[in-house]
Amino acid sequence: METLLSILTGFMIIGALYALHARDLLSALIAQGIVGYGLVISFLLLQAPDLAIVQIVVETITLIIMVAVVLNSSREEIVESWNRNKVLNIISSLVIILFMAFVFAYMIVSLQPFGEHTMRMADYYTGAGAESTGSANLVTGVLFDFRGYDTLGEATILFTAALGVVTILRAKNKKEQKS
Amino acid sequence: MNGMTLIVKKVTQLMCGLIFMYGLYIITHGHLTPGGGFAGGAVVAGAFILLILAYGSEVVYLKKEETQTSIIESVSLLVIIILALAGLFFGTYVFFNNYLPQGETGKLISAGIIPVYNIFVGIEVAAALLTIFLALVIYKEEVKT
Repeated sequence: METLLSILTGFMIIGALYALHARDLLSALIAQGIVGYGLVISFLLLQAPDLAIVQIVVETITLIIMVAVVLNSSREEIVESWNRNKVLNIISSLVIILFMAFVFAYMIVSLQPFGEHTMRMADYYTGAGAESTGSANLVTGVLFDFRGYDTLGEATILFTAALGVVTILRAKNKKEQKS
Repeated sequence: MNGMTLIVKKVTQLMCGLIFMYGLYIITHGHLTPGGGFAGGAVVAGAFILLILAYGSEVVYLKKEETQTSIIESVSLLVIIILALAGLFFGTYVFFNNYLPQGETGKLISAGIIPVYNIFVGIEVAAALLTIFLALVIYKEEVKT
């Protein structure tokens, strides 16, 4: 299990790196799809079909929208020349990467072995969750009963996203029509 | 917005109903099998996006549909909040209270208020994703002309 997940994660890292450096934006999108669908397979391997369904559908829809955007604008990536800002960015990101690697190496010692958990709430959810909510699918029971606020927040995020897209695109149109 | 070729149209005609039904199944069986409001809503929105992309449409109809989807989205979010507020008046007086009778675990009609939340969250997600997609399509069409 762990080796399989490591191989998948390696593929996803390669895809992400290629997506950053590809000249053609369409192939960068395809490489980004590798990351998303690799995540789907790792969710399935970790026995989380709920997350896998959400991830595969959202990944497909965002890929469709982004492919449409790329095909309607430009496929070429803008090439930037080397200047002082870029060197400064690279140095600062290297410093942050080294710092994070140090912190993670320090923290990983105190983690539980793979597949075990230390959360006390989860024990309660898996034990008495099905009886107290009456829901056979425990994930939905937790989402809509114990963690109702979270679900409301997620629905509000989507609502706000739609509101923002509609507002931005329409305001620009009205200004163009007036002038 | 123009449609695609005959092959795409025929395949869409065959597949779209199945995709839509699968989305409804995921939404309504969210408390029994994997899935739920979010996943099912996204699948339903995917069926509509497939239809619009394959067959194409006039900007006027797209604008009318965008108005409808944004109204549906707002109303279903409002219904979710009202259902959650109604929990304040039953039983233990908690926001997001499960106040309907729970029934037998594993049956389609069970788990109290959870399936109702699932259905409305599904409608909200589908309408929100469709609104975003339609807004982008309409913007592109209006910029082009």
